[in-house]
Amino acid sequence: MTHLLAVPIIVPALAAALLLILHRAPIVMKRAIGMGATVTFAVAALAIFAETRSDVPLVYRLGDWPSPFGIVLVADHLSAFMLLLTASLALAVLLYAVQGWDARGKLFHPLFLFQVMGLNGAFLTGDLFNLFVFFEVLLIASYGLALEGLDVERLRATLHYAAVNIAASSVFLIAVSLMYGVMGTLNMAHLAERVAEVRAEDMGLVRAAGLLLLGVFAVKAAVFPLYFWLPAAYSHAPAPVAALFAIMTKVGVYAIIRVTTLVFTGGDKGAVMELTSPWLMPVALLTLTLGTLGALGAQRLASLTAYLTIASVGTILTGVADGGSKGLAAALYYMAHSTLAIAVLFLVTDLLGRSRGAAGDRLHPGPPLRQAAPLGLAFLFAGATVAGIPPSSGFLGKLMILQSTTTGLSVVLIWTVILMTSVLTLVACSRAGSILLWSTTEPLSSGPIAPPRVGEWTALATLGACSLLLVLFAAPITRYTDATSAQLTAPSTYIDAVLLPLREGLVRPYPETGR
Amino acid sequence: MELIMAVGIGIVTACAVYLLLRGRTFPMVLGLSMLSTAGNLFIFSMGRLRPGAPPIVAAGTESYADPVPQALVLTAIVIGFGMTGFVMALAVRMYHQTGSDHVDGFEPVPERRPEQGP
Repeated sequence: MTHLLAVPIIVPALAAALLLILHRAPIVMKRAIGMGATVTFAVAALAIFAETRSDVPLVYRLGDWPSPFGIVLVADHLSAFMLLLTASLALAVLLYAVQGWDARGKLFHPLFLFQVMGLNGAFLTGDLFNLFVFFEVLLIASYGLALEGLDVERLRATLHYAAVNIAASSVFLIAVSLMYGVMGTLNMAHLAERVAEVRAEDMGLVRAAGLLLLGVFAVKAAVFPLYFWLPAAYSHAPAPVAALFAIMTKVGVYAIIRVTTLVFTGGDKGAVMELTSPWLMPVALLTLTLGTLGALGAQRLASLTAYLTIASVGTILTGVADGGSKGLAAALYYMAHSTLAIAVLFLVTDLLGRSRGAAGDRLHPGPPLRQAAPLGLAFLFAGATVAGIPPSSGFLGKLMILQSTTTGLSVVLIWTVILMTSVLTLVACSRAGSILLWSTTEPLSSGPIAPPRVGEWTALATLGACSLLLVLFAAPITRYTDATSAQLTAPSTYIDAVLLPLREGLVRPYPETGR
Repeated sequence: MELIMAVGIGIVTACAVYLLLRGRTFPMVLGLSMLSTAGNLFIFSMGRLRPGAPPIVAAGTESYADPVPQALVLTAIVIGFGMTGFVMALAVRMYHQTGSDHVDGFEPVPERRPEQGP
């Protein structure tokens, strides 16, 4: 049995613990350990990606306890895809942070690695309770990262962010234990089997648990009406941290996709799915609309980007909610695109804000920029990608989602909302860009100006290149996302792979008399 | 016993929600703590309430308590405790930095009633 699947969790965890012990070590050493761990994880993510090319998911049973009784890590196409996305984002963000930003907070590197560990664990885990645990790991690391520097705005934003998410976590626990109480298991593959055996009078409890779970994941994904914690938290977080946060809302989307496609689908179990699916589409479209309107009204570039994060979640969920494997495939492509594009936009925000001295990233005229041309081009690239101007990955992603819509009236609605919000996003970005780059005051500037460094440009270029690769290799990537959504919509291979010991008769359930 | 447990969890949750919606940090932290307590009790009761039964399955055991929720609740308690501690530290820090224990970091301006005049 290969231990490859444990690497993305174990390596960041050990390296983070080591960094906590060495927190007085010179910054060069911390950077080396942090970079080393992240590169190792990225290589492991690539290896897992290569290993899961076949349609049978990889299953890692911790301590070789037979599932469904032990803990399992599972890597199917979707998990491998998300791991690779996390790896490319984490590498670029860390490259950006080590240009000097990380020296400000003593605990940046360990918190960063704990966050990466939480993300990887959430993508790999095969049972609901460990999904909860990894959510908590990534959240507590994110609170620490968002606080860096401890100024009042950050404290307030983080307090609200933490309160909302801790309350949501309690609800998550209630939903998970309700599932356990009815079905006697927490392994997602086993749950998928047990749902079919639930007695009719218990179905109400399962539905309640399903809806509670959906609500919790909606908080994590920042879906309307549960997104109000996001704009303040993301726009006040330091830039590299905010760029890493670009994938945190996607963890919520991942969990929605995983649970709805695996646990609550197919046959007579569809009853629960029918309960959740009518909610997804209106909520997705509202999230998209309100996120875009928020971006239009933003007073700072950072909060504009934060609202665009919300809008991107809305677009992804539109693809997911439309059902069908085509919509799901399009949503996955859009997920990769939007994570990278939002991260680029957060980093450009930081560079622009720093180059304007005291004016920062507020949308009013400031001093002329010293590196106006490269900064302007970078902003143009990021804005065009997010808004979806033709050759960009955003254009391809939105086109795929539009093409995947199938049914009568909703086509009109979806096309209208997506196209209108694209135009409005373009307006918001052009407004921000023309104010920040073109309307300048007297060259007398106040406040310290920290011009972008070469390494920071490199990090930005890496993320931009990833976004371009999404366009250049659109055909193979689309084939992969198609295979992913095919695997998700026919979850029997996943279930069989996880429950192999049960199938082979190696384990038997407890006798019924005990319950 | 089931009834007492269910009603108790309900009351604790209701109190937690009320406290969570207050505008001061201390009631909020208390609310979060109570909410996680209610959640923990709920997890525990999901293993069925079975007094006097050991959580161990041996050959010939007729009655046993489900050990899984007990393990889950232990994890949940640890995580809930850590989170409460963190929010508490955050709230104290914010109070020291802003001089106000309001969740927004400043005292809300009291609304002036029309009959009071300017």
